[in-house]
Amino acid sequence: MSRILILGATSPIARTLAWEFAGCGDELYLAGRDREEIQRLAADITIRFGTACQTHYLNALDFQSHPAFIESVLAQLEPLDGVVFAIGHTGDQPGESMDPALALRIVEINYTSAVSLLAPLANYFEEQGRGFLMGISSVAGDRGRRSNYAYGASKGALSLYLEGLRHRLDRHGVIVLTLKVGFVDTSMTYGKKGLFLVASPEKVARLAYAIRGKPGVHYFPRFWRFIMLMIRFIPERLFNRMDL
Amino acid sequence: MFVERKLNGWGRYSSSWGRVYRPEKLALAASIIKFQEELSFVGRGQGRSYGDAALNLDQGLVLTQRLNRFLSFDPATGCLECEAGVTLEEILTVFVPRGWFLPVTPGTKFASIGGCVACDVHGKNHHKDGSLGNSIEAIEVLQGQGEVVRCSPVEQPEFFWATVGGMGLTGLIVAVKLRLRPIETAYIKVDYERAGNLEEAVGLMEEGAAGYDYSVAWMDCVAGGSSLGRSLLIRGNHAGRSELRPGLAASPLNAPSRSSINLPVDLPAFTLNPLSLRVFNGLYFGHSSRVKNSVVLDYDRFFYPLDTVRQWNRMYGSRGFLQYQCVIPAENSLAGLTAILKQLHRNRCTSFLGVLKRFGRGNGYLSFPLEGFTLSLDFPMRGDRLLTCLEQVDDLVIRHGGRVYLAKDARLSPRSFRQMYPDFPRWQQIKREVDPSDRFSSDLSRRLELTA
Repeated sequence: MSRILILGATSPIARTLAWEFAGCGDELYLAGRDREEIQRLAADITIRFGTACQTHYLNALDFQSHPAFIESVLAQLEPLDGVVFAIGHTGDQPGESMDPALALRIVEINYTSAVSLLAPLANYFEEQGRGFLMGISSVAGDRGRRSNYAYGASKGALSLYLEGLRHRLDRHGVIVLTLKVGFVDTSMTYGKKGLFLVASPEKVARLAYAIRGKPGVHYFPRFWRFIMLMIRFIPERLFNRMDL
Repeated sequence: MFVERKLNGWGRYSSSWGRVYRPEKLALAASIIKFQEELSFVGRGQGRSYGDAALNLDQGLVLTQRLNRFLSFDPATGCLECEAGVTLEEILTVFVPRGWFLPVTPGTKFASIGGCVACDVHGKNHHKDGSLGNSIEAIEVLQGQGEVVRCSPVEQPEFFWATVGGMGLTGLIVAVKLRLRPIETAYIKVDYERAGNLEEAVGLMEEGAAGYDYSVAWMDCVAGGSSLGRSLLIRGNHAGRSELRPGLAASPLNAPSRSSINLPVDLPAFTLNPLSLRVFNGLYFGHSSRVKNSVVLDYDRFFYPLDTVRQWNRMYGSRGFLQYQCVIPAENSLAGLTAILKQLHRNRCTSFLGVLKRFGRGNGYLSFPLEGFTLSLDFPMRGDRLLTCLEQVDDLVIRHGGRVYLAKDARLSPRSFRQMYPDFPRWQQIKREVDPSDRFSSDLSRRLELTA
């Protein structure tokens, strides 16, 4: 029986991942900004799986509140066995990258909050000498594209940060995973045309749960690894003329 | 975000293009309905209604699939509150192992609880326990301005009973509180008995009503003459722990899960024709011994035989099928059902399987059941001949004081509907009060002119 903290628990992927953990008997701590929704999720999990599930309000952008939040979590849930970082602004409105205020917000929610929350947690895990840190990133972070470069950059930065954590924590027995997710069937993609390889959140959650012991970068679905490899290979002069 | 898609009724005879929304949580469902002012909406759970109840041509639909949270459960009373998108299967998976069962269940577990309330579904236990509406403590319904209204048999009872069986037309059902029933085991003890004809079947069902929780008859609709309506009665009770053999009694609440097979393609239409039906029915009804008692079945096999083949509706081919279910009041049941079966024979409209049940008192407004006998029939869709035949059956049903089940209907006329549901004017009044600008409508409501 493990104790897992999920940051940003109201996202569809986080919700289905919470079900995977609870379904295997794990005790959960759900943190999110929508107080009512995380309470509903916790009630659902407790009824459905009979496992303990606590909640805590967390505002990703309120960096000042993070130390107290972490302290509170550790007081309730020590020893902590794993953390899932699922906080993310979806970044699906056109022109978002071009609006300075919106672009800043995306970066702060997707990346800066990760640093603020994961830095102290990384220290905790290093001292403990075991556990996992799972970050939900995106294939969009593999290359800058005109359509969503603020979002892509924030996810790319997140992936790089997790890579650094992995380099640091590997010798201490702590597992750091980067999940690079492609298109997932959620409200973010519902109704969008021209999508392919859209995975169900259940499938993503099942696979994420299965690989929680394997450090490294994992693409979902796996095919994306090859797609992004090819996309990264395209020289900029050619890429800039493309409409990808 | 939304998807413009073509949706079907389960019978795949009805279909239409609509704008489908799939909110991840209740707050989003409310804002969709509130801000898309130019659209009317209908809720759609798992799309298990056979006709056009969950279709809305060129208008909006709200898929409740992601609104599937359990909200609260009281182990002292068995009261479960959950969002409307929760399926019966989810409830069973979670609660049977804890010793609770659905108070009423239709023939499939892959329906949403919200949809079941909107159709006021019934099961094999109506004569004892009524329909689902009779086990509902409260419902929460989303209205046109995005506000949620809570109603129950004591709090806004008129609105409650207009919503139960109201086909989603009084608003989007978003949460349901129901009373589960306690069970000792996940098994049913079943008695089988053959009845030589309709009269014998009806007689046996009446006699045995008190002794069985669940009672149904599978009817051979092809046999005629003195064997008209010959049936296999299948009746059972929840098995107590002592009634299980030691192997099962060790873990009485864990029923074996059946692997399901998918029917991914449509079978060609000639698979089900009058000749093959006659052979099937002859085999099925001819060779079994007349009575077989005390067979212990797990609940899944007893209540959901068709669910094993997912997409079983594809068996009927791409033209689809029509489901017709009617109820005839007790005093006319025998005469009415005999007349209907004979009419079908005259028109050579063959039904694959007929299912006969006994109903107790009903709930009024647009709820289907009333005290009497109900018969469900499946017809492969073969063209206008079938539609004409069913209109004639409608007239017989009306003449005998009965009605047709809207959850299965795809072709009833507005005129026949008004004759079948005398409570309709009162229901329409409530509908006008709660939804004056028709924010909630469906292909069914337009076909039957419910909101004209």
